[in-house]
Amino acid sequence: MKTGMRGMGSEKAMATVTGRPNTYLGAYRELLALRQERDPVWLRQLREDAWTRFHAKGFHTTHDEDWRFTNLAALAKTPFQRLEKGSVAVTAQEIEEFRVAGAACQLVFVNGHFAPELSALQNLPKGLEICSLERAIDCGMIGCAPEGCAPEGIEQHLGRYADVRRDVFVALNTALWEDGAYLRIRRGAVIDQPVHLLYVSAGAGAEIMTHPRTLIVAEPTSHAAVIEDYVSIGGETAFSNAVTELVAGQDAVVSHFLVERENLAAFNVSTLRLEQARGTNVSSHSILLGGGLVRNNVHPVLAGDGAECLINGLFVGAGRQHLDNYMLVEHAQPQCSSRQFYNGILDGSARGVFHGRIVVHKDAQKTDAKQTNRNLLLSDNARIDTKPQLEIHADDVKCTHGATIGQIEEEQLFYLRSRGIDEVSARNTLLYAFAAECLDRMQEPAAREFAEGLIRERIAELARNRQPALESAPADEETQNWEEVR
Amino acid sequence: MALLEIEDLHATVDGHEILKGVNLTVNAGEVHSIMGPNGSGKSTLAQVLARRETYEVTRGRVLFDGKDLLEMKPEDAACEGVFMAFQYPVEIPGIGNAYFLRSAMNAIRRYRGQDELDAMDFLPLYKERLKLLEMDEKLMNRSVNEGFSGGEKKRNEILQMAVLQPKLAILDETDSGLDIDALRIVAQGVNAMRGPDRAFLVITHYQRLLDYITPDFVHVLVDGRIVRSGGPELALELEDRGYGSAEADAHAALPA
Repeated sequence: MKTGMRGMGSEKAMATVTGRPNTYLGAYRELLALRQERDPVWLRQLREDAWTRFHAKGFHTTHDEDWRFTNLAALAKTPFQRLEKGSVAVTAQEIEEFRVAGAACQLVFVNGHFAPELSALQNLPKGLEICSLERAIDCGMIGCAPEGCAPEGIEQHLGRYADVRRDVFVALNTALWEDGAYLRIRRGAVIDQPVHLLYVSAGAGAEIMTHPRTLIVAEPTSHAAVIEDYVSIGGETAFSNAVTELVAGQDAVVSHFLVERENLAAFNVSTLRLEQARGTNVSSHSILLGGGLVRNNVHPVLAGDGAECLINGLFVGAGRQHLDNYMLVEHAQPQCSSRQFYNGILDGSARGVFHGRIVVHKDAQKTDAKQTNRNLLLSDNARIDTKPQLEIHADDVKCTHGATIGQIEEEQLFYLRSRGIDEVSARNTLLYAFAAECLDRMQEPAAREFAEGLIRERIAELARNRQPALESAPADEETQNWEEVR
Repeated sequence: MALLEIEDLHATVDGHEILKGVNLTVNAGEVHSIMGPNGSGKSTLAQVLARRETYEVTRGRVLFDGKDLLEMKPEDAACEGVFMAFQYPVEIPGIGNAYFLRSAMNAIRRYRGQDELDAMDFLPLYKERLKLLEMDEKLMNRSVNEGFSGGEKKRNEILQMAVLQPKLAILDETDSGLDIDALRIVAQGVNAMRGPDRAFLVITHYQRLLDYITPDFVHVLVDGRIVRSGGPELALELEDRGYGSAEADAHAALPA
């Protein structure tokens, strides 16, 4: 897609971009000026602390154990800019292909800003309150709470779980977020259909950064599923640095889906922080198919007795994609169980990382934690680093972990071919079967179906691309090699 | 025209020559049994005919239905009508039996320019064949061979054969590891498929299977060559005397 040619907003976008070369500091200053009148004191304080933290620390290097396998030099040297609201116009038609069939509602954000005209918020299910976070804050400030917007819980939760001292990306997001989604699922409410949060990067010749912030408050005994979906329109480099805090009240059942399907030039860092009260059952499903450099942090804290957590993921990389998964599962209370299942498929010169850390605190007796990471490497240049890490401070616990790295089995391939199935289809079938293991762990039909479609498409693409690659050099010369940029 | 004509077939695995000049002609309607001691090259012959790429053909010619079989990929051979029942059927987690078999059947139908079958057309056929092999319908949606017993796996091979209806069926030691009931059921499945348009190559180490599937011809493969051929009585003779005599004959036949 050509740049600067997108509808009415494009001219303005170009002016914004070229007129104000930006840095993180610049963005922070702009934001302070913009938000000064509107942010409540507690939020200004939150931003300030976070900024101080980011400013003091800077980006992680590979000397940092948690970032050993992911080099951020290419990210750090790109002069990303924030865009003003409405700088780039995206049409409903452009959004159409990204919709999730059977979703309860859809909130669309374009370059980090809420786009009400593209969102679908009619006929909300009973017990679901959903709103743009910025609006919720504004409503709280000026004391108007329109229907469906309930800001009173924000101060109580926002920034309380995602720790700016742990991770500079969380600090950066906390300082620079402009919008995101605020969801509240009322006590006992059962929301059958998933909520779709669509974050669109649509550059107009610019290297854009966004820091989407999502807060999901699931009150006791509620049920809900949320899909957080990152897409790009056009081929520009964008940097999404998202933080989501999901607070599950007692006995709540919540599923979170992260879908990364941006273009291959995208940088995407996302942090999902789950706070689980007693008896909760929370699932995190990550489906990483796109993006150039992706870091997926999932950090549940099992903070109440008997909480259960499922961490389910699939990452599929080709070309020079770099997909890093960092899991930190904290067992803080007794009788909790956590299950991690991550499957990776890597082709071309793609690189994957699975870092699974389980921390069992002193009081967390009878913890039952399990972790499995299985990987298929389809080429000699693909690479996976898998690293389990157990840190156990209690004495009565059950923790297991296992990782495998393999190739498509020649025997299985031959078996399928010997029955008449051609090589590309046979490969496709085997890859899909491996990838689809994650689908079996998804309980919500609409979300599962959505994920299934995306995975099927991605695997078919991978199998198709392999055919010529067998005979000639990989056809991905244009993409960046994240490793080479220092 | 013969259905299968093998002439002076030589094949190597990892540089070792396993087949050292096999000659064999099989006509439609015939059942040939290939017997021989372990390591004689029986399974290699089966795998070469099924076009497994890890076996390299260094010399010779194989015509299937008048076409050069050695030029074919495994899927093309299957589509032309070659079927091999595996000695060790492979487990494929995540792919259901019925889905797999319908995909195979439709691949073959496409190759032959026939319309594909949808699930509604396919299922009755599949269920009927399940019954023939006394298999549980629940297997349909389970993953291919995953968690199957040895006998179930072998029966599943014959089931696939019964659905795909090949022109040439190669049974690679299908009898090994089968109890007598399973052997009977497998033989029943094979016998039900015998007919004037189809040929069988029954590879076995023991005469036992041939009590149930009576071959028209028996060949003895020793050290990569067929050293004796005869009628069903040859199998009985081997059962009595062992392969020793055949091996001795083979060595006697070697040029000094």
